[in-house]
Amino acid sequence: MAETVTSPNKEVKPPNPQIENLKIVWKKLKKNKIAMAGGFLILFFILASWIGPLLTTMDPSQPNIPDRLQGPSAEYWFGTDHQGRDIFTRIVHGMSITLYIGFVSVALGCVAGVFLGLISGYYGGRTDTVIMRIMDVLLAFPGILLALAIVSVLGGSLNNVIIAVGIFSIPVFARIVRGSALAVRKLEYIDAVRALGASDTRIIFKHVLPNIMSPIIVQATLRIATAVLTASGLSFLGLGAQPPTPEWGAMLSAGRNYMWEHPHIALFPGLAIVAVVLAFNLFGDGLRDALDPKMK
Amino acid sequence: MLTYTIRRIFQTIPVLIGVTILVFSLMHLIPGDPAQIIAGEQANQEQVEQMRERLGLNEPLPVQYWNFVSGAVQGDLGNSIRSGRAVSSEIGARFWVTVELALYSTILSIFIGLIAGIISATKRGTVTDSLIMIVALFGLSMPNFWLGLMLIQYFSLGFGWFPVSGWGSPQQLVLPVITLGTAGAAIIARMTRSSMLEVIHADYIRTARAKGVKERYVIYKHALRNALIPVVTVVGLQFGALLGGAVLTETVFAINGLGRFVVDAIRMRDFPIVQGSVLVLALMFVVVNFLVDISYRFLNKRIELD
Repeated sequence: MAETVTSPNKEVKPPNPQIENLKIVWKKLKKNKIAMAGGFLILFFILASWIGPLLTTMDPSQPNIPDRLQGPSAEYWFGTDHQGRDIFTRIVHGMSITLYIGFVSVALGCVAGVFLGLISGYYGGRTDTVIMRIMDVLLAFPGILLALAIVSVLGGSLNNVIIAVGIFSIPVFARIVRGSALAVRKLEYIDAVRALGASDTRIIFKHVLPNIMSPIIVQATLRIATAVLTASGLSFLGLGAQPPTPEWGAMLSAGRNYMWEHPHIALFPGLAIVAVVLAFNLFGDGLRDALDPKMK
Repeated sequence: MLTYTIRRIFQTIPVLIGVTILVFSLMHLIPGDPAQIIAGEQANQEQVEQMRERLGLNEPLPVQYWNFVSGAVQGDLGNSIRSGRAVSSEIGARFWVTVELALYSTILSIFIGLIAGIISATKRGTVTDSLIMIVALFGLSMPNFWLGLMLIQYFSLGFGWFPVSGWGSPQQLVLPVITLGTAGAAIIARMTRSSMLEVIHADYIRTARAKGVKERYVIYKHALRNALIPVVTVVGLQFGALLGGAVLTETVFAINGLGRFVVDAIRMRDFPIVQGSVLVLALMFVVVNFLVDISYRFLNKRIELD
């Protein structure tokens, strides 16, 4: 991969090259209005997930049967669900769950995938073959199916969904990192560092990893979008977060029997998912353009 | 070409073995005793032992794996816990529904994705381009089950144009195929656009233009042909993703396909069905990817020969 080739001469310069790089990336990113919009949306969602629940006055899970199935109004902005709970309140409380699933599952998949990819790309040979074949096996399960199979074994719960979606992301990171690590490994300066007596661990973490951060960051951002979609799908199938948790996929699942006559029950939780996924996709796209235009 | 095909077949074998090992392990990774689960919770010790004996669960694991694989090759995937019927015949009854759904959705997503992508690339920087790309981004960001629910809401219940559920008649196909195909169309549109833009700046396109070749001809004959090569790979991956996505679409539209079957089986803890269906879907994905790889190679070769 070509994006790594520019780095070696920067690596020897005395001013901290990482910070210089960041400045360049920030400059490019700032010019990309759509990406910035995505970034601000993400920041807004994080803040909302944190402060929002403190501002809402209604209880997200306490049923209030007399007010069930009300349309949107001044009191209930997004209406109420089949148990009379305020949908807006539930969506605000569900925000932290959605972000938690997205960040934690991708972090799990990213750490494991990056580790495997680095080992694979750096050592090559038989280690590489074995690891990459295992990744191929994981990739052989189309889409949500791998996560579904894992949940079928672990049982349906929020944490198991996070584990399942995390495992589902491992091969994606492993593949990208392996490719980049292979390219970096062949650079002359890695030979130089090795000749100076650096250990493999030091070379991998101190020299190879910093050079391939761009594709990892881009992929992680885009992957959060996928993770949120997958997790909401599992919850919709009844295999993820269980009621009365205000998880958006679970809300859609619980409201299914009522949504035909009361469309607002399905509309708003779905829009919330779209908004979060869109924000991460926008930001991820922009990051990709800023970090490396050649990357696809 | 032949050597490549053979080499690729040999690369596929370890993946197939891995897939079967993983699917085989599913049963043994579930917390609890598989014999007890299959015999049912109310079964007594004796019945559980009988079940263990019958399923060969007291054999060493490698022997059990071998029995599983040799059974699968002969089309024997065990029996459903609930219905007692052979898993293979249960799957067979639903397999083609899912394949049909995934196939139509793939065709739709290629059709729409290519057209949108080409328009976007040729009108780069215009309002049309931005509009198409924004719609594509939304298409990517929508949970497909939610899109399905919305389509039912407005087009089935609202306008009454299409039936709410089921599969078979042409009217019944429309909404599920749109539901499943949208994300794919978005991905293919984005891919086609960026691939076209790359090609449009290539030297041979400039040469073609300089020779006075008509613009339309340049786009469709020269640019598109080469731009399509990377798109082919995406199409293969898409078909696979759609097989997985069918799980949700089939659930929303109550379509009696393999995807919904798996979900129901997971809910009812009918593990032989889960194993069988997951195995069939994964094997199909592996085969499709294999074919795509070969055709990709073939397309590349053709270009070189030209």
